[in-house]
Amino acid sequence: MTKIKTLADLRKMKEEAQSKIKLRENSANPDQVVQVKVGMATCGIASGAKETMKYFVEELEQEAIDAVVTQTGCMGYCYAEPTVEVKLPGKEPLVYGHVNKEKVHEIIDKYIKRGELVDGIIPVSFRTIDD
Amino acid sequence: MTDYKMHLLICGGTGCKASESDEIKKRLNQLIHDLGLADEVQVVLTGCFGFCEKGPIVKVLPDNTFYVQVTPNDVVEIVEEHIVKGRLVKRLLYTDPTNDEQISDSKGMDFYKKQIRIALKNCGFINPENIDEYIARDGYQALGKCLSERTPEEVIKEVKDSGLRGRGGGGFPTGLKWEITKNVENDQKYVVCNADEGDPGAFMDRSILEGDPHSVLEAMAICGYCIGADKGLVYIRAEYPLAIQRLKIAIKQAEEYGLIGDDILGTGFNFHIELRYGAGAFVCGEETALIHSMEGLRGEPTFKPPFPSVSGYMGKPTNVNNVETFANIPVILNKGAEWFSKIGTEKSKGTKVFALAGKINNVGLIEVPMGTTLREVIYDIGGGIKDGKEFKAVQTGGPSGGCLTKDFLDLPIDYDNLLASGSMMGSGGMIVMDENDCMVSIAKFYLDFTLEESCGKCTPCRVGNKRLYELLDKITQGKGEEQDIEKLKELSVVIKDTALCGLGQTSPNPVLSTIKNFEDEYKAHVLDGKCPAGQCKSLLRYDIVEDLCTGCTLCFRNCPVGAISGERRQPHYIDQTLCIKCGVCYEKCKFNAITLT
Repeated sequence: MTKIKTLADLRKMKEEAQSKIKLRENSANPDQVVQVKVGMATCGIASGAKETMKYFVEELEQEAIDAVVTQTGCMGYCYAEPTVEVKLPGKEPLVYGHVNKEKVHEIIDKYIKRGELVDGIIPVSFRTIDD
Repeated sequence: MTDYKMHLLICGGTGCKASESDEIKKRLNQLIHDLGLADEVQVVLTGCFGFCEKGPIVKVLPDNTFYVQVTPNDVVEIVEEHIVKGRLVKRLLYTDPTNDEQISDSKGMDFYKKQIRIALKNCGFINPENIDEYIARDGYQALGKCLSERTPEEVIKEVKDSGLRGRGGGGFPTGLKWEITKNVENDQKYVVCNADEGDPGAFMDRSILEGDPHSVLEAMAICGYCIGADKGLVYIRAEYPLAIQRLKIAIKQAEEYGLIGDDILGTGFNFHIELRYGAGAFVCGEETALIHSMEGLRGEPTFKPPFPSVSGYMGKPTNVNNVETFANIPVILNKGAEWFSKIGTEKSKGTKVFALAGKINNVGLIEVPMGTTLREVIYDIGGGIKDGKEFKAVQTGGPSGGCLTKDFLDLPIDYDNLLASGSMMGSGGMIVMDENDCMVSIAKFYLDFTLEESCGKCTPCRVGNKRLYELLDKITQGKGEEQDIEKLKELSVVIKDTALCGLGQTSPNPVLSTIKNFEDEYKAHVLDGKCPAGQCKSLLRYDIVEDLCTGCTLCFRNCPVGAISGERRQPHYIDQTLCIKCGVCYEKCKFNAITLT
């Protein structure tokens, strides 16, 4: 990694990072690039988030679905861990709670592959600083 | 790919399930199938919306229509009107209580405005182990701007104008603290982040560090720039291994980018951050004890003044702020003090993160503007009390706080209101209790905690709390006398007035607030020998009702101490002198022949 030397460099870097994320969303195969974020704070990990993330990576690979699986912090829904956010291209992200091995299958089979919603969606109930 | 044109989301939370959301789903599916719409409309069960007061809830996508208090009988109308004809079912829309307006789009609902995430803005959104994702979300912009374009005075003024107060519990104005530390002349100063989150049931700081560690690092560097410090220390408890690991990764990445280290962004400003581990002592959350622990001394508090801002770590001026306080700083500087100060109440600005725990449906982290009421937090966001039980009290402020009753449910939460009601903001733990919680036992639980955690340096805390605990224990054993309640009050006041540090000065709060709000319950223990919540084992009595007992011998066979006797097919009998009140007989009896009084 090279050092960021000035504020202008930092701003340029922010734009690059933002466009990298955008690129991920509007890639050449918009039907296939799926983003999966697994809540991996202590609460999530204690409820099996590591296994959930592993299943996602393995299953998506096996199904040859072009997807990015990343970890993130606590989404705040500790009562429903492990929690996973799935964003299909061009759609609003959805959060699913209690995602165990079976649920991973269901989400991939129904939601990611066929666009059907799966039971267990956690409704978003907060505003962000940009709203 | 099935191309559904419409989705119906039905709340499957506990509250809505209790009011037949399963039946609603069944009928919707049936009707949609009968009308041949199964390929176009999908019905999905969701987790709790939190808005249980108005449940069951049905939300229609893509138009975001939000129907409240739907019954199975409304299903036909929703399908025929909304789905088939595209017309809203107005009578099921939510009515805004403030202006009686009906709202169809859920985004316009007041309920969605109840939470706003500032300190948690990146938590559960970015990958905490990737600095690029933080940078993409305005990360380190505030630091860059401060260093390149603003003087420390200007930044401090902005923080002061924002009205931000310390989120660790005390509520001291953050900008003022920075200014005081800045004004002390010294060749070496320190910035310390207090990540010694010790309240039982509180996990806000841990979640921030695990989900968004860079926000804390950035704010520490900004603080360093303002007060003239080139070194930052994070005091974190060793029981938080994941937070430590993520902090280490974040520090390494920030150093590699040159956002922490020497000559940051070519401005000549140097700032280095190191971690210091605590061994998990509650008292080390107190800033003087924390500093001693970092110095390698015993984690004991010392008298203030001198305040750490004058003489702190290694005798140098030290600015100590809590994790959540720091997490607010970059947002304040990016969005401006004016934006921030519009959120919250007159004297408490911004938001507060709370960790909801206890007998509440949606255990988790929430962030609400100051001034939100306890009722909104517990019923609209937290989803209400578990198993439909009755709300009894909410404990805020951990072992230093107090219990608030249902009389306080409409109290707007801020530093001053909570203090005036006999509790305190604390770090943000909120433990909800229901009708089955015994308040004497709760007070005893917290005292037990403070006893364990007392450092033993001053007598009121070391000895006084022990005596308080013994009195409470005596009461829960059924051996309490009437004057014990007075003794508890008197001793509590003395401890509060004479203890050396915050731990001792606040440790009797759970006792005082439970006596104040639940004196009847204390009296029931002492005068009637009864525990109304049925928690104090010594005060319970199990009896077998002769007429109902069939003599099946199940209780006799399961009693672990042989306290039950009786012949087969004859009524059994419990020997009270042998009974240890374990409740096994009560649970096992198939004929409800055992009573609990």
